[in-house]
Amino acid sequence: MVSNLVELRGLKVAFDGVQVLHGIDLDVARGEAIGLVGESGCGKSVTWLAALGLLPGKATVSGSVRVDGQEILGGPRTVLESVRGKRIAMIFQDPSSSLNPVLRVGRQITEALAIHRSLLGDAAKAEALRLLDMVGIPDARRRFDLFPHEFSGGQCQRLMIAMALAGEPDLLVADEPTTALDATIQAQILDLLIELRAETGMATIFISHDLGAVSQVCERACVMYAGRIVEQGTIEALFDNPRHPYTRGLFDAIPRLDGPRERLIPIQGTVPHPRDLPEGCAFSPRCSHAAVDCRRHRPDLDPLADGRLLACHHPVGQQSADTRHNTETRVMETVS
Amino acid sequence: MLRFVSTRILRALITILAVLTFAFVVLRMSGDPAQVMLGPDVPQESVDAFRKAWGLDQPLWIQYLAYIKAIFTGDFGVSMRDKASAMQLVIDRIPATLQLTIPALFLKVVIGIPAGVYAALHRQSAVDRGVILAAIFGFTIPSFVMGLLLVLIFSITLGLLPSGGQDTWQHGILPTLTMSIGGIGILARFSRSAMIEVMGQPYIRTASAKGMPWQHVVWRHALPNAAVPIVTIVGFMVGSLIAGAVVVESIFSWPGIGRLLVVSVTNRDLAVVQCILLMIAATMVVSNLIVDLLYGWLDPRLRAQSAH
Repeated sequence: MVSNLVELRGLKVAFDGVQVLHGIDLDVARGEAIGLVGESGCGKSVTWLAALGLLPGKATVSGSVRVDGQEILGGPRTVLESVRGKRIAMIFQDPSSSLNPVLRVGRQITEALAIHRSLLGDAAKAEALRLLDMVGIPDARRRFDLFPHEFSGGQCQRLMIAMALAGEPDLLVADEPTTALDATIQAQILDLLIELRAETGMATIFISHDLGAVSQVCERACVMYAGRIVEQGTIEALFDNPRHPYTRGLFDAIPRLDGPRERLIPIQGTVPHPRDLPEGCAFSPRCSHAAVDCRRHRPDLDPLADGRLLACHHPVGQQSADTRHNTETRVMETVS
Repeated sequence: MLRFVSTRILRALITILAVLTFAFVVLRMSGDPAQVMLGPDVPQESVDAFRKAWGLDQPLWIQYLAYIKAIFTGDFGVSMRDKASAMQLVIDRIPATLQLTIPALFLKVVIGIPAGVYAALHRQSAVDRGVILAAIFGFTIPSFVMGLLLVLIFSITLGLLPSGGQDTWQHGILPTLTMSIGGIGILARFSRSAMIEVMGQPYIRTASAKGMPWQHVVWRHALPNAAVPIVTIVGFMVGSLIAGAVVVESIFSWPGIGRLLVVSVTNRDLAVVQCILLMIAATMVVSNLIVDLLYGWLDPRLRAQSAH
């Protein structure tokens, strides 16, 4: 049996004693693309920042993160440093502030090449130029020695991706890579990510609250709510037939462009603050299907017959073919 | 770039002129040199003769124009007390002052900055708390209190170091320490907060996520970004190299610019005071100019702004 590339087990994070991540279990196989979706503050980004030891010092992280079977959590700093960039690379939401403003972009890429692939001098520069070309930076040779502020937001994200590719990672974690960009640029960056994955065969974690983008990039998705995974399955399963009321709510909040204008159905309320999570299911106060047991006992994340994982006492039923079609249309419109 | 430098130089000259004008007017409005120099019991004729000899009988604006004209021809006036060239008197005192201020600046930089950076990188640790506490002590205790405290401890109680004068190198230790302690505290605090701010920036997380070793992240990615606020403070300290020693030189009877300034103000020795103020203003202005140029070198975004 081929082992998974990355395995998260019981990953927990607390900030100043307040638990924000309540035990995440997730397997990432080689080459696969997984989406993490959910509203802001659900713990999507924190999961991967914690796994790579990138959270600030006040965060307490526990659980297990294995890369190719090797535990990286709680080990010496050098173990993490050998994984970051080399095995798992990460790109972030705001590309402009994620690049060092006082260092030339070429150097920010070549320093990664020096560390991970021992490329120096002209060899490093040649490889960096190849990467810049690969991510679609025009006129890379001339712009090699420019500073980040001389590039647009979309180009900065391309530079970030080039930097991430420098270590030839097995997994790229893209943390809302398109959120800060305008719509046409978003589409370009998504295309680039899809292309690069096809070319390099690296696995991708795509963190987003944009379901359309997730469906474009990924085969599988995890829906997160209040620091837990509440539903996990293939894109088809989740899109055709969301079973968790929260997943369903996310789809209902996507506008449709064709057909009669109808009112969007928002999810009432907001994500609870980690400090005062309700008893039982964390989604129950916002859930129209919630019953007494939801408010008493938190449902476990259990496998269903169709292969998905679900944490809900009262899942929403199978949808009719008609509404399923509607959801699909909406999603496809959002994507295009 | 050339335009940037030339506007800065022009601005610097205007600043110096403003300082000179201010000093000129205030000195002449706030007391009569003739009375001070000659004493209270001299006959009116002597006072008049003194005023006439030094041109003090002229209207203020004529005196001012004459003064500015003289400065542009390199004539900085004559000391009323010593009858010697005022500028020469001031220049003779500069080495003594620099003997204190340069080692003090050195101590501020080599202790203050590393202490602040270390504290920032080990936030909430015992060392961090220690640095904050020491820094607050350092810059809240005024130098005249600090100087007397050091004299009390090292000269009077322990008898280790001399309390005043300029005879040996040991005489310089206490005044240098007195002068540097406050600056060390200020630099430590500024370096700490600048570094904390930078370490929380997304690009530091990017550098770590890239797999850069921690030392590399600190030295190559964080420190250059924290340099701008630190350079500002150090620049201010460099600017005060001449001016910074008034109180300390008086406490430790150190024959530098500071003491000359105090004596000259008391005696209304106009030309000497004006020369000292000119020197102080010029040092401050030059150091500001250098800091401005350094900004552009340290932060390419500022370079882009100043080019427009």
